[in-house]
Amino acid sequence: MNLLSIHNLSQSFDGKAILDDLSLDFREGHIHAVIGPNGAGKSTLANTIMGLHGYTNHGGDIIFDGASLQGVPVEERARRGITLAWQEPARFEGLSVLRFVGAGSKRKDPTHIKGILELLGMEGDRYLHRSVDRTLSGGERKRIELASILAMEPRLILMDEPDSGIDVEALEHIFTALRRLKEQGATVIMITHSRTVLEQADHAFLMCNGRLRDKGPVAQIGRYFIDRCLPCAHINEPVEEEAKA
Amino acid sequence: MTTSDLVSALLESIGMTDPHGLSDNTARIEVHENRVVGIKLVPGLKVEAEEGDDGVAAVISVEAGKRLEKPVHICFGVLPEDGKQHIDLDIRIEENAYASFLAHCTFPNAVDVLHTMTAAIEVEPGAHYAYFERHVHGQHGGIVVAPEARVIVHENAEFTTEFELIKGRAGKIKFDYETICHDRSVVEMTARINGRADDTIEIHERARLIGEEARAALISHIALRDEARADIFNDIIALGDRARGHVDCKEIVLDRAVAKAIPMVEVRNPTAHITHEAAIGSVDSKQLQTLLSRGLTEDEATDLIIEGLLSKKARWTNE
Ligand SMILES: Nc1ncnc2c1ncn2[C@@H]1O[C@H](COP(=O)(O)OP(=O)(O)OP(=O)(O)O)[C@@H](O)[C@H]1O
Ligand SMILES: [Mg+2]
Repeated sequence: MNLLSIHNLSQSFDGKAILDDLSLDFREGHIHAVIGPNGAGKSTLANTIMGLHGYTNHGGDIIFDGASLQGVPVEERARRGITLAWQEPARFEGLSVLRFVGAGSKRKDPTHIKGILELLGMEGDRYLHRSVDRTLSGGERKRIELASILAMEPRLILMDEPDSGIDVEALEHIFTALRRLKEQGATVIMITHSRTVLEQADHAFLMCNGRLRDKGPVAQIGRYFIDRCLPCAHINEPVEEEAKA
Repeated sequence: MTTSDLVSALLESIGMTDPHGLSDNTARIEVHENRVVGIKLVPGLKVEAEEGDDGVAAVISVEAGKRLEKPVHICFGVLPEDGKQHIDLDIRIEENAYASFLAHCTFPNAVDVLHTMTAAIEVEPGAHYAYFERHVHGQHGGIVVAPEARVIVHENAEFTTEFELIKGRAGKIKFDYETICHDRSVVEMTARINGRADDTIEIHERARLIGEEARAALISHIALRDEARADIFNDIIALGDRARGHVDCKEIVLDRAVAKAIPMVEVRNPTAHITHEAAIGSVDSKQLQTLLSRGLTEDEATDLIIEGLLSKKARWTNE
């Protein structure tokens, strides 16, 4: 069953099409990877599904759990079970990890939050009372972002480059988190530039220039990393003829 | 009320239900209106207090080389709906002494209360002095708070002060602190204030870095709602060689509130350096969107962001 279906989605900024007639289906309980070059529109896709401010004025439709998300504000999408782990997560001066992760958590007790941090390879006692500010390293902040997602127990997680700025050891913990989400029955859409991360997925999509270039099993789509790019027009160039070909 | 009832009532208003929660070796001073209602000293701490018509004058000193392990607890308050309290402080932290004071100013029922303070503070060479002042106000805005301090921080000395007004209505605050910073001294002044309704907040913080390698940070974090108004004046002047200064002014402004920040940085020595950081306006959009994407409502998210902004900054010894 599809938990999320995207029909003819288009999004443009400053007159330039960033998502161009995109149609995709995501199956409930599966892990999906979205890959593609810089500027392909991957983050834009995630932000549009989340319904962030500035991304709601799009063409086409997004159907989540059988209902259109047209006009549904971010917080309501979140309450229906959609969430987003940001490519570059925000910093919150003065707000402790405990408060931040606890904010959207089903359970607020510190032992629960601590357990989630530890699943991600972060010592609870060292981090719970630290502030989610600039003193956290990039990799620490990314993992705290994931902790906050796990605590929410969402149905659909948009992960925008969960591995960027993450070392090999921490990457293992991110894979543990992925398995945990899958066990919980969650559906994951992760954007990545890493072949190792792609290999964790059940299905993959290749995007280029705001369009879907290919979809299928990971092994097939993973060829992108070997051949560099499937034959397609480059960024900022018209794609019309090429797409029809 | 007997004096011990007054002490209990004062402490209860600041959420300290068990006045005996403070152990015997904790120094404390409690002042209600113009009376010293409780006092407990520890070795190294000297207090001479004099009661006047509308307040108390106190000379406080910490003996040279003494280290007060626990913070000295001070409580100033006016419990009735109206009243006046003027506190005149003369504080001297002698050479190489080390002390922290934790003051609560409590006016839980204020409808027409005026609390003023004038303080002359001298932190002698090598001494460390940390002063934390927490205000507990009621829900009526009828309170005027006007503290004024002149501080001299001598060579190698450290002075940290933090003013917190988060619970209850700010009322009218006019806050004026000036520090003179000598060689290799370190100063940090922080104000964290939550304003609502027609509260008005005026803050003047000044640091004059006259010594070489003197350092000062002036931090104001303010949240304003409704018709509240804040005017923040942060001044740093650097005269000493390699003096360093930093101004950090962050204000979240909601509803019809008005915030004005007037930083003044002046460098009169080419080896000195001052930085200034200000962010004034609505809550940060990325922070807000992040919390919305975790299922919080806009109000819940805003409150949480403000909670972070107004959270304690300095590293305080255990209260
Ligand atoms: N709010 C916006 N306003 C204007 N242009 C935008 C906006 N958001 C994205 N874009 C543009 O849309 C294009 C796609 O951006 P997007 O961030 O979705 O790419 P991406 O596939 O996530 O790339 P990367 O791999 O670098 O993260 C880029 O050219 C970007 O500059
Ligand atoms: Mg991106």
